[in-house]
Amino acid sequence: MRTFRADLHIHTVLSPCGDLDMSPVRIVEEAAAKKLDIIGVTDHNTTRHCRLVRSLALKKGIFVMTGAEITTKEEVHCLAFFENDEKLKLLQDFIDANLPDMLNIPEIFGEQLEVDENEIIIYEEKRLLANAVKKSINEVEAFVHSLDGIFIPAHVDRMKNSIYSQLGMLPDNLKADALEVSRATTTAKFAALHPEISKYPVTRSSDSHYPDSIGQFTTAFFMKEASFSEIRLALAGAEGRKIIQE
Amino acid sequence: MKISEIISALNLKVISGDKGLKNEVTGGYVSDLLSDVMGNAREGNVWVTLQTHQNVVAVSALKDLAAIIIVKGLAPDNDTIEKSNIENIPVLSTELDTFNITGRLFELLNKK
Repeated sequence: MRTFRADLHIHTVLSPCGDLDMSPVRIVEEAAAKKLDIIGVTDHNTTRHCRLVRSLALKKGIFVMTGAEITTKEEVHCLAFFENDEKLKLLQDFIDANLPDMLNIPEIFGEQLEVDENEIIIYEEKRLLANAVKKSINEVEAFVHSLDGIFIPAHVDRMKNSIYSQLGMLPDNLKADALEVSRATTTAKFAALHPEISKYPVTRSSDSHYPDSIGQFTTAFFMKEASFSEIRLALAGAEGRKIIQE
Repeated sequence: MKISEIISALNLKVISGDKGLKNEVTGGYVSDLLSDVMGNAREGNVWVTLQTHQNVVAVSALKDLAAIIIVKGLAPDNDTIEKSNIENIPVLSTELDTFNITGRLFELLNKK
Protein backbone atom coordinates (compact mmCIF):
# COMPACT_ATOMS: atom_id res chain seq x y z
CA MET A 1 0.00 0.00 0.00
CA ARG A 2 1.05 3.56 -0.58
CA THR A 3 -0.11 7.17 -0.43
CA PHE A 4 -2.20 8.61 -3.26
CA ARG A 5 -2.69 12.36 -3.59
CA ALA A 6 -6.23 13.36 -4.44
CA ASP A 7 -7.90 16.66 -5.28
CA LEU A 8 -11.52 15.64 -5.12
CA HIS A 9 -13.21 18.97 -5.82
CA ILE A 10 -12.67 20.50 -9.27
CA HIS A 11 -15.08 22.50 -11.43
CA THR A 12 -14.97 22.50 -15.21
CA VAL A 13 -16.10 25.21 -17.62
CA LEU A 14 -19.56 23.66 -17.37
CA SER A 15 -20.03 25.18 -13.92
CA PRO A 16 -21.22 28.78 -14.26
CA CYS A 17 -18.41 29.87 -11.93
CA GLY A 18 -15.80 27.67 -13.67
CA ASP A 19 -13.21 29.59 -15.71
CA LEU A 20 -13.31 29.24 -19.50
CA ASP A 21 -9.84 27.68 -19.27
CA MET A 22 -11.22 24.77 -17.25
CA SER A 23 -11.65 22.39 -20.17
CA PRO A 24 -11.27 18.67 -19.50
CA VAL A 25 -8.01 18.70 -21.50
CA ARG A 26 -6.53 21.55 -19.46
CA ILE A 27 -7.68 20.09 -16.14
CA VAL A 28 -6.00 16.76 -16.89
CA GLU A 29 -2.80 18.52 -18.04
CA GLU A 30 -2.69 20.50 -14.79
CA ALA A 31 -3.41 17.45 -12.69
CA ALA A 32 -0.60 15.55 -14.44
CA ALA A 33 1.82 18.47 -14.06
CA LYS A 34 1.03 18.54 -10.34
CA LYS A 35 1.50 14.78 -10.07
CA LEU A 36 -1.96 14.11 -8.70
CA ASP A 37 -3.03 10.47 -8.53
CA ILE A 38 -6.75 11.13 -8.26
CA ILE A 39 -9.04 14.02 -9.22
CA GLY A 40 -12.74 14.54 -8.60
CA VAL A 41 -15.00 16.14 -11.20
CA THR A 42 -17.63 18.07 -9.29
CA ASP A 43 -19.54 20.56 -11.40
CA HIS A 44 -22.56 22.27 -9.91
CA ASN A 45 -25.59 20.07 -10.46
CA THR A 46 -24.33 18.35 -13.61
CA THR A 47 -22.28 15.30 -14.57
CA ARG A 48 -21.88 16.05 -18.29
CA HIS A 49 -18.10 16.48 -18.26
CA CYS A 50 -17.26 13.47 -16.09
CA ARG A 51 -16.77 10.88 -18.81
CA LEU A 52 -14.48 13.01 -20.96
CA VAL A 53 -12.27 13.96 -18.04
CA ARG A 54 -12.07 10.32 -17.03
CA SER A 55 -11.06 9.06 -20.48
CA LEU A 56 -8.42 11.81 -20.88
CA ALA A 57 -7.07 11.25 -17.38
CA LEU A 58 -6.83 7.51 -17.87
CA LYS A 59 -4.16 8.06 -20.56
CA LYS A 60 -2.07 9.94 -17.99
CA GLY A 61 -2.57 7.36 -15.28
CA ILE A 62 -4.85 9.59 -13.22
CA PHE A 63 -7.93 8.07 -11.62
CA VAL A 64 -11.12 10.17 -11.78
CA MET A 65 -13.88 10.19 -9.20
CA THR A 66 -16.99 11.07 -11.19
CA GLY A 67 -19.87 12.94 -9.64
CA ALA A 68 -21.24 16.39 -8.99
CA GLU A 69 -21.51 19.12 -6.38
CA ILE A 70 -25.20 19.09 -5.58
CA THR A 71 -26.94 22.13 -4.10
CA THR A 72 -29.58 20.87 -1.67
CA LYS A 73 -32.89 22.58 -0.92
CA GLU A 74 -31.24 24.26 2.08
CA GLU A 75 -28.53 25.54 -0.30
CA VAL A 76 -25.88 23.29 1.21
CA HIS A 77 -23.23 22.16 -1.28
CA CYS A 78 -22.52 18.41 -1.16
CA LEU A 79 -20.14 16.29 -3.22
CA ALA A 80 -21.57 13.04 -4.55
CA PHE A 81 -19.48 10.40 -6.30
CA PHE A 82 -20.58 7.29 -8.17
CA GLU A 83 -18.69 4.23 -9.27
CA ASN A 84 -19.95 3.72 -12.82
CA ASP A 85 -21.75 5.40 -15.72
CA GLU A 86 -25.01 3.66 -15.01
CA LYS A 87 -25.19 5.20 -11.54
CA LEU A 88 -23.87 8.52 -12.82
CA LYS A 89 -26.74 8.58 -15.29
CA LEU A 90 -29.20 8.02 -12.44
CA LEU A 91 -27.64 10.96 -10.59
CA GLN A 92 -28.12 13.12 -13.69
CA ASP A 93 -31.76 11.99 -13.90
CA PHE A 94 -32.23 12.83 -10.21
CA ILE A 95 -30.82 16.32 -10.75
CA ASP A 96 -32.84 16.86 -13.95
CA ALA A 97 -36.04 15.93 -12.13
CA ASN A 98 -35.34 18.28 -9.23
CA LEU A 99 -33.57 21.32 -10.66
CA PRO A 100 -35.91 24.30 -11.26
CA ASP A 101 -36.54 25.23 -14.90
CA MET A 102 -34.88 28.61 -14.56
CA LEU A 103 -32.63 29.75 -17.38
CA ASN A 104 -29.02 30.77 -16.94
CA ILE A 105 -28.07 34.36 -17.73
CA PRO A 106 -24.42 33.91 -18.79
CA GLU A 107 -23.59 37.62 -18.38
CA ILE A 108 -24.54 37.38 -14.70
CA PHE A 109 -23.82 33.81 -13.61
CA GLY A 110 -21.22 32.72 -16.17
CA GLU A 111 -21.09 30.42 -19.18
CA GLN A 112 -22.16 26.77 -18.81
CA LEU A 113 -20.33 25.08 -21.66
CA GLU A 114 -19.51 21.50 -22.52
CA VAL A 115 -16.45 21.03 -24.73
CA ASP A 116 -14.90 18.03 -26.45
CA GLU A 117 -11.35 16.66 -26.45
CA ASN A 118 -10.38 19.31 -29.05
CA GLU A 119 -11.78 22.06 -26.79
CA ILE A 120 -14.61 22.74 -29.24
CA ILE A 121 -17.88 23.80 -27.62
CA ILE A 122 -20.45 21.07 -28.21
CA TYR A 123 -23.25 22.00 -25.83
CA GLU A 124 -24.52 24.91 -23.77
CA GLU A 125 -26.48 24.09 -20.63
CA LYS A 126 -29.46 26.44 -20.60
CA ARG A 127 -30.75 25.77 -17.11
CA LEU A 128 -29.15 27.68 -14.26
CA LEU A 129 -26.91 25.14 -12.54
CA ALA A 130 -26.30 27.43 -9.58
CA ASN A 131 -29.85 26.75 -8.38
CA ALA A 132 -30.83 24.39 -5.58
CA VAL A 133 -32.50 21.06 -6.28
CA LYS A 134 -35.87 20.49 -4.62
CA LYS A 135 -34.56 17.86 -2.21
CA SER A 136 -33.33 18.21 1.35
CA ILE A 137 -29.78 17.34 2.33
CA ASN A 138 -31.07 14.17 4.00
CA GLU A 139 -32.97 13.18 0.86
CA VAL A 140 -29.90 13.78 -1.31
CA GLU A 141 -27.76 11.75 1.10
CA ALA A 142 -30.30 8.90 1.04
CA PHE A 143 -30.35 8.97 -2.77
CA VAL A 144 -26.55 8.89 -3.03
CA HIS A 145 -26.32 5.98 -0.61
CA SER A 146 -29.14 4.10 -2.35
CA LEU A 147 -26.70 3.78 -5.27
CA ASP A 148 -23.68 3.04 -3.07
CA GLY A 149 -22.28 6.47 -3.80
CA ILE A 150 -19.96 8.55 -1.65
CA PHE A 151 -21.49 11.60 0.03
CA ILE A 152 -19.29 14.43 1.28
CA PRO A 153 -20.73 17.78 2.44
CA ALA A 154 -18.45 20.41 0.89
CA HIS A 155 -16.37 23.17 2.51
CA VAL A 156 -18.09 22.80 5.87
CA ASP A 157 -15.96 25.60 7.36
CA ARG A 158 -17.19 28.24 4.93
CA MET A 159 -19.98 30.54 6.07
CA LYS A 160 -21.60 30.23 2.67
CA ASN A 161 -23.45 27.22 1.23
CA SER A 162 -22.15 24.91 3.94
CA ILE A 163 -23.82 22.72 6.54
CA TYR A 164 -22.80 25.11 9.28
CA SER A 165 -23.90 28.29 7.51
CA GLN A 166 -27.23 26.92 6.31
CA LEU A 167 -28.13 24.46 9.05
CA GLY A 168 -26.21 25.77 12.05
CA MET A 169 -24.87 22.39 13.13
CA LEU A 170 -24.27 18.89 11.81
CA PRO A 171 -27.64 17.13 11.56
CA ASP A 172 -27.49 14.19 13.99
CA ASN A 173 -29.07 11.81 11.46
CA LEU A 174 -26.89 12.58 8.42
CA LYS A 175 -24.69 9.76 7.16
CA ALA A 176 -21.75 11.58 5.63
CA ASP A 177 -18.85 9.47 4.33
CA ALA A 178 -16.54 12.39 5.05
CA LEU A 179 -16.63 16.14 5.54
CA GLU A 180 -14.64 18.49 3.34
CA VAL A 181 -12.83 21.54 4.65
CA SER A 182 -11.83 24.36 2.33
CA ARG A 183 -8.50 25.93 1.59
CA ALA A 184 -9.36 28.61 4.18
CA THR A 185 -8.63 26.29 7.11
CA THR A 186 -7.02 23.01 8.09
CA THR A 187 -8.60 19.93 9.56
CA ALA A 188 -6.91 20.56 12.90
CA LYS A 189 -8.02 24.19 13.08
CA PHE A 190 -11.59 23.39 12.20
CA ALA A 191 -11.75 20.45 14.61
CA ALA A 192 -10.63 22.78 17.38
CA LEU A 193 -13.73 24.90 16.75
CA HIS A 194 -16.05 21.98 16.05
CA PRO A 195 -14.82 18.86 17.89
CA GLU A 196 -17.85 16.91 16.63
CA ILE A 197 -16.28 16.66 13.16
CA SER A 198 -13.63 14.33 14.55
CA LYS A 199 -15.97 11.38 14.23
CA TYR A 200 -15.85 11.84 10.44
CA PRO A 201 -12.95 11.48 8.04
CA VAL A 202 -12.04 14.91 6.72
CA THR A 203 -10.97 15.64 3.15
CA ARG A 204 -9.35 18.81 1.93
CA SER A 205 -9.54 19.85 -1.71
CA SER A 206 -8.85 22.84 -3.91
CA ASP A 207 -12.45 23.54 -5.04
CA SER A 208 -10.71 24.78 -8.20
CA HIS A 209 -12.42 27.11 -10.61
CA TYR A 210 -9.11 28.06 -12.32
CA PRO A 211 -6.32 25.81 -13.63
CA ASP A 212 -3.64 27.27 -11.35
CA SER A 213 -5.35 26.19 -8.15
CA ILE A 214 -5.74 22.53 -9.13
CA GLY A 215 -3.81 20.41 -6.67
CA GLN A 216 -3.03 23.28 -4.30
CA PHE A 217 -4.97 21.48 -1.58
CA THR A 218 -5.16 17.73 -1.54
CA THR A 219 -6.07 14.73 0.56
CA ALA A 220 -3.63 11.87 1.08
CA PHE A 221 -5.20 8.43 0.80
CA PHE A 222 -3.23 5.45 2.08
CA MET A 223 -4.48 2.42 0.17
CA LYS A 224 -3.69 -0.34 -2.30
CA GLU A 225 -4.63 1.32 -5.59
CA ALA A 226 -6.51 4.32 -6.97
CA SER A 227 -10.04 3.01 -7.28
CA PHE A 228 -13.52 3.82 -6.05
CA SER A 229 -13.68 0.83 -3.73
CA GLU A 230 -10.26 1.57 -2.23
CA ILE A 231 -11.25 5.20 -1.61
CA ARG A 232 -14.40 3.99 0.10
CA LEU A 233 -12.31 1.71 2.34
CA ALA A 234 -9.89 4.54 3.13
CA LEU A 235 -12.76 6.87 4.08
CA ALA A 236 -14.12 4.18 6.37
CA GLY A 237 -10.64 3.54 7.79
CA ALA A 238 -11.13 -0.12 6.97
CA GLU A 239 -8.66 -2.94 6.22
CA GLY A 240 -5.63 -0.80 6.87
CA ARG A 241 -6.66 1.90 4.40
CA LYS A 242 -6.95 5.43 5.73
CA ILE A 243 -6.75 9.14 5.15
CA ILE A 244 -3.46 10.60 6.30
CA GLN A 245 -4.13 13.95 7.94
CA GLU A 246 -1.53 16.51 6.94
CA MET B 1 -48.25 36.81 25.02
CA LYS B 2 -48.57 33.05 24.67
CA ILE B 3 -48.04 31.05 21.48
CA SER B 4 -51.68 29.94 21.59
CA GLU B 5 -52.82 33.58 21.37
CA ILE B 6 -50.56 34.19 18.37
CA ILE B 7 -51.94 31.08 16.67
CA SER B 8 -55.52 32.31 16.87
CA ALA B 9 -54.67 35.93 16.03
CA LEU B 10 -52.67 35.01 12.94
CA ASN B 11 -54.69 31.96 11.94
CA LEU B 12 -51.73 29.58 12.08
CA LYS B 13 -51.93 25.83 11.70
CA VAL B 14 -50.34 23.73 14.46
CA ILE B 15 -48.28 20.99 12.84
CA SER B 16 -46.54 19.56 15.90
CA GLY B 17 -45.17 20.29 19.34
CA ASP B 18 -48.59 20.86 20.94
CA LYS B 19 -47.17 20.68 24.44
CA GLY B 20 -45.33 23.96 23.86
CA LEU B 21 -48.40 26.03 23.03
CA LYS B 22 -48.31 27.75 26.40
CA ASN B 23 -44.78 28.99 25.79
CA GLU B 24 -44.42 32.70 26.51
CA VAL B 25 -43.24 34.87 23.62
CA THR B 26 -40.61 37.59 24.07
CA GLY B 27 -40.39 38.76 20.45
CA GLY B 28 -39.66 37.50 16.99
CA TYR B 29 -36.73 36.66 14.73
CA VAL B 30 -36.65 36.17 10.95
CA SER B 31 -33.88 34.34 9.11
CA ASP B 32 -33.28 31.35 6.86
CA LEU B 33 -29.65 30.87 7.80
CA LEU B 34 -29.57 28.68 10.89
CA SER B 35 -26.07 29.85 11.78
CA ASP B 36 -27.47 33.38 11.98
CA VAL B 37 -30.36 32.25 14.18
CA MET B 38 -27.92 30.48 16.50
CA GLY B 39 -25.98 33.68 16.83
CA ASN B 40 -28.78 36.22 17.09
CA ALA B 41 -32.20 34.88 18.09
CA ARG B 42 -33.15 35.36 21.73
CA GLU B 43 -34.83 33.13 24.25
CA GLY B 44 -38.61 33.11 23.84
CA ASN B 45 -38.55 34.41 20.25
CA VAL B 46 -40.94 33.16 17.59
CA TRP B 47 -38.85 32.30 14.54
CA VAL B 48 -40.18 32.80 11.01
CA THR B 49 -38.41 30.74 8.32
CA LEU B 50 -38.79 28.82 5.08
CA GLN B 51 -36.40 26.10 6.24
CA THR B 52 -38.04 22.76 6.95
CA HIS B 53 -35.03 20.67 8.01
CA GLN B 54 -34.99 19.01 11.44
CA ASN B 55 -32.17 21.34 12.47
CA VAL B 56 -34.70 24.16 12.85
CA VAL B 57 -35.93 22.31 15.95
CA ALA B 58 -32.40 21.58 17.15
CA VAL B 59 -31.49 25.24 16.85
CA SER B 60 -34.74 26.31 18.53
CA ALA B 61 -34.08 23.94 21.43
CA LEU B 62 -30.54 25.25 21.78
CA LYS B 63 -31.75 28.86 21.86
CA ASP B 64 -34.93 28.20 23.89
CA LEU B 65 -37.14 29.67 21.19
CA ALA B 66 -40.90 29.70 21.78
CA ALA B 67 -42.06 28.41 18.38
CA ILE B 68 -41.24 28.11 14.69
CA ILE B 69 -43.47 29.50 11.95
CA ILE B 70 -42.88 27.90 8.54
CA VAL B 71 -44.03 30.13 5.69
CA LYS B 72 -45.74 29.63 2.31
CA GLY B 73 -47.44 26.40 3.41
CA LEU B 74 -44.14 24.51 3.10
CA ALA B 75 -44.26 21.07 4.68
CA PRO B 76 -41.69 20.33 7.38
CA ASP B 77 -39.59 17.17 6.95
CA ASN B 78 -40.84 14.16 8.95
CA ASP B 79 -37.81 14.29 11.25
CA THR B 80 -38.67 17.90 12.02
CA ILE B 81 -42.15 16.95 13.22
CA GLU B 82 -40.78 14.11 15.36
CA LYS B 83 -38.14 16.31 16.95
CA SER B 84 -40.63 19.08 17.60
CA ASN B 85 -42.86 16.68 19.56
CA ILE B 86 -39.87 15.49 21.57
CA GLU B 87 -38.62 19.01 22.33
CA ASN B 88 -42.13 20.47 22.83
CA ILE B 89 -41.38 23.32 20.48
CA PRO B 90 -44.40 24.07 18.30
CA VAL B 91 -43.98 24.00 14.53
CA LEU B 92 -46.64 26.27 13.05
CA SER B 93 -47.59 26.83 9.45
CA THR B 94 -48.93 29.75 7.45
CA GLU B 95 -49.81 30.10 3.78
CA LEU B 96 -48.43 33.65 3.86
CA ASP B 97 -44.90 34.52 2.79
CA THR B 98 -42.27 35.81 5.20
CA PHE B 99 -42.91 39.50 4.52
CA ASN B 100 -46.63 39.29 5.20
CA ILE B 101 -46.62 37.00 8.23
CA THR B 102 -43.79 38.96 9.82
CA GLY B 103 -45.65 42.24 9.35
CA ARG B 104 -48.68 40.83 11.12
CA LEU B 105 -46.60 39.24 13.87
CA PHE B 106 -44.74 42.50 14.49
CA GLU B 107 -47.99 44.43 14.71
CA LEU B 108 -49.47 41.87 17.12
CA LEU B 109 -46.47 41.76 19.45
CA ASN B 110 -46.12 45.54 19.58
CA LYS B 111 -49.83 46.32 20.00
CA LYS B 112 -50.02 46.63 23.75
